[in-house]
Amino acid sequence: MDWSAIFLTIRLALLVCAILLVVGTPIAWWLSFTRWRWKFFVESIVALPLVLPPTVLGFYVLVAMGSNSPIGRWYQSLTGHGLPFTFEGLAIASVIYSLPFAVQPMAAAFSNVDRNLINASSILGASRIRTFIRVVLPLSVGGVVTGFVLSFAHTLGEFGVVLMVGGNIPGVTRTVSIAIYDRVQALDYAGANRMAILLMAFSFVTLSITYALNRRVWAVWPMHR
Amino acid sequence: MADSQASKISGKIVLRAVFALATILCMWLPGEAGGAEIKVAAASDLTFAFRDVAAQFEKQTGSKIKLTYGSSGNFFAQIQNGAPFDLFFSADVDYPKRLEAAGLIEPGTIYEYANGKLVMWVPNASKLDLSRGLATLLDPGIRKIAIANPDHAPYGVAAVAAMRHAAVYDKIESKLVLGENISQTAQFVQSGNADAGILALSLAIAPAMKDKGRYVEIPAADYPPIVQAAVILKSSSNKELANQFMKFIQQPETVALMARYGFSIPKDAAAERNGSAMPAPR
Repeated sequence: MDWSAIFLTIRLALLVCAILLVVGTPIAWWLSFTRWRWKFFVESIVALPLVLPPTVLGFYVLVAMGSNSPIGRWYQSLTGHGLPFTFEGLAIASVIYSLPFAVQPMAAAFSNVDRNLINASSILGASRIRTFIRVVLPLSVGGVVTGFVLSFAHTLGEFGVVLMVGGNIPGVTRTVSIAIYDRVQALDYAGANRMAILLMAFSFVTLSITYALNRRVWAVWPMHR
Repeated sequence: MADSQASKISGKIVLRAVFALATILCMWLPGEAGGAEIKVAAASDLTFAFRDVAAQFEKQTGSKIKLTYGSSGNFFAQIQNGAPFDLFFSADVDYPKRLEAAGLIEPGTIYEYANGKLVMWVPNASKLDLSRGLATLLDPGIRKIAIANPDHAPYGVAAVAAMRHAAVYDKIESKLVLGENISQTAQFVQSGNADAGILALSLAIAPAMKDKGRYVEIPAADYPPIVQAAVILKSSSNKELANQFMKFIQQPETVALMARYGFSIPKDAAAERNGSAMPAPR
């Protein structure tokens, strides 16, 4: 069992989820309330990782992070090393890759909040942030939890992007799914099987707990509340 | 609404959980690697040999080797994009030379550490008669033949050259399945998903493959020699240990270990060593 890969993957997934909560919540909030006519463009961009082949995403992230791009050079001058094939680079790629899994359930939940409650909160003098934290967020817990769990599970299982951006370096970018691929190539089927079973059991348990906890609030997706 | 009462509480819990999580994560970011270790990018034909070589080196020096296997062409691209390896063991000399031309390696560190050999491999259950050499591949019962991707795997290039030499390539081209590297190619045939494969000898004689099938060596004259070279990368953060590993590879004991996995030492490299204090490996 490749424990370093397992811990690395969990660390990556937690970090990505934390970033997604911070970055994804304002996007989801904005998407659910804006009346901007070009909103659908933003919606399409957010949803793009859902339909893009991971290799396409991985390729562009690799190019964007590389030493020939302005972003890559800026990061290199800041930290002294490039982004590709590092844990930070992997985290950034994973955030982009899992963005729709966090934003979409949250946006759906936010849209379902009764507007009258939000208006009442404003009339009573609460700021927009206070309204969001005290009214919107509590009423959208289901969507936030779904977004968190889905992006966690998605990061846990991502493969193509990690392989292209991370490059299978033990202890740095070798996640569980890459380690399994690696074991199969080394003809170590028993080793691959041990990790695959663990991943499967973990995914199943996580999803079961989430569904069980939220059963009363929403069925499968916040829209069907 | 009782529901909103309950979710008001869980809303706070979610917020607190996020802060707690963020705090934990800040403390739990991957630290800089403590202790001496080097990262080695190794061609896939070294998958089994280098497990032993690395174990020996770690025992002798007490330092750690982190191995990543893949196709040489893939590593070549990754190193150009800044992959943080200390050493690169290619399955050819071309990629190391191109890295040298690009100024990405420590000058003068190109070392030809081994000569690879090609074999044709079939699973035990196969009824194919391997004694006919590559002409065996013309057997109409064969549906899939595994080779490494000739675009970026040196063993794939050699396999195509050997098939062209045997004048079978054009007839079986449509049956080829391409492994991402030579190790995946071996996995394709070992699992029975391909009927025959052109592999590295070093994989065919490895414990995981040996009992699962039969192989025949393809005459060395039928394909350009697979001279494999290693380099220390300029970006290496531990050049001292990288140098130490490079020297370890040239030791007679290591050469003997590599020979057990089917690697021979390129002749000119051996001759060069004869001039030095080191005895010629047999």
